[in-house]
Amino acid sequence: MINVIWLLMIVVGVVVGAINGNLEAVTQAAMDSANLGVELSLGLIGIMALWLGIMKIAEDSGMIQGLAKLLKPIMVRLFPDVPPDHPAMGAIIMNMAANVLGLGNAATPLGLKAMQELQELNDEKDTATNAMCTFLAINTSSVTLIPSEAMALLVAVGATSKQATAIIGPSIIATAVSTIVAVIAVKSLQRLKVFKMDKKSTKKVINN
Amino acid sequence: MFVKIIGAISMYAVPVMLLGIPLYGFFKKVKVYESFTEGAKEGFTTAVRIIPYLVAMLVAIGVFRASGAMEGLTTILKPITSLIGMPAEVLPMALMRPLSGGGAQGIMSDLLNTYGPDSTIGHIASVMMGSTETTFYVVAVYFGSVAIRKTRHAIPAGLIADAAGLIAAVFVARIFLG
Repeated sequence: MINVIWLLMIVVGVVVGAINGNLEAVTQAAMDSANLGVELSLGLIGIMALWLGIMKIAEDSGMIQGLAKLLKPIMVRLFPDVPPDHPAMGAIIMNMAANVLGLGNAATPLGLKAMQELQELNDEKDTATNAMCTFLAINTSSVTLIPSEAMALLVAVGATSKQATAIIGPSIIATAVSTIVAVIAVKSLQRLKVFKMDKKSTKKVINN
Repeated sequence: MFVKIIGAISMYAVPVMLLGIPLYGFFKKVKVYESFTEGAKEGFTTAVRIIPYLVAMLVAIGVFRASGAMEGLTTILKPITSLIGMPAEVLPMALMRPLSGGGAQGIMSDLLNTYGPDSTIGHIASVMMGSTETTFYVVAVYFGSVAIRKTRHAIPAGLIADAAGLIAAVFVARIFLG
């Protein structure tokens, strides 16, 4: 999937760029984006260290396990393949909490931590598990109580604070819709043949 | 009232966690400093590990955007989006949103400047920004950090959720904000 999408974006980009006479801009964009990727990654180091450190204390003190126990009824339904007391559950909860509170900076390190814990449960290290896909789908549609990005932009163009805060309610409704759809979509898609974990079929191919 | 409470929660969340978690750990006899530094060690390796995945994704998005392909896609999709009442002006932002948070922000501030924050277009764009995510960035970073290459249904599910968020944004903004 990601192979096809990636290739398609590059091919379409270069071809359309050539047709439009934009090739110089395409070249520049490729260079700039590569630099941006490194800057973004390295820029994460400090915040990442901070939150993974705090998270480790919360883990060692039993705080996260307590939180996981509290939310167990929801979590086991969303992530049936993950043992309820596995550290992944705690990390997922912490990431979701950070997303809900709009702490974008804290959400990424906690999400990466959750991903690493989920990877421990994964038998095929290069293939995403159902739990990973579910986590990602919820994450990319996550409910945010305060749409701070949008509000900041509104204020920047001179909207009153009343106009800016008016979007909070509608945003929560719209993002709740997208989260519900995300869960339904991810749970339905995992049953489709194309997306099945094909352990047996790959083995068969090798044997033949 | 509700807004104020939520605002307060967002403001105090980080300081409270910064104070509460180590304090709780201390009372539970955790060696807080040692635990912190042990956890923090992972920060560097994780950040470095995602570099190739992030570069790959951002280059593809950058090339696609700079080529003018986005305009072509907008023209193709216009008839479909007009069916759900999405103004054509918002469509580029809707298409950009899953690819690039910064790009979507740029288009949004452009829309707000042109049509004003109190216009239907401004309302839809604002709610859209709050109800969708940069799916491709999240997939690249999260899967990249553990070297997952076969992403299975994560991208389709994420995009379906984005589409739902976009459509919901159009309806909700029209109903609640006019």
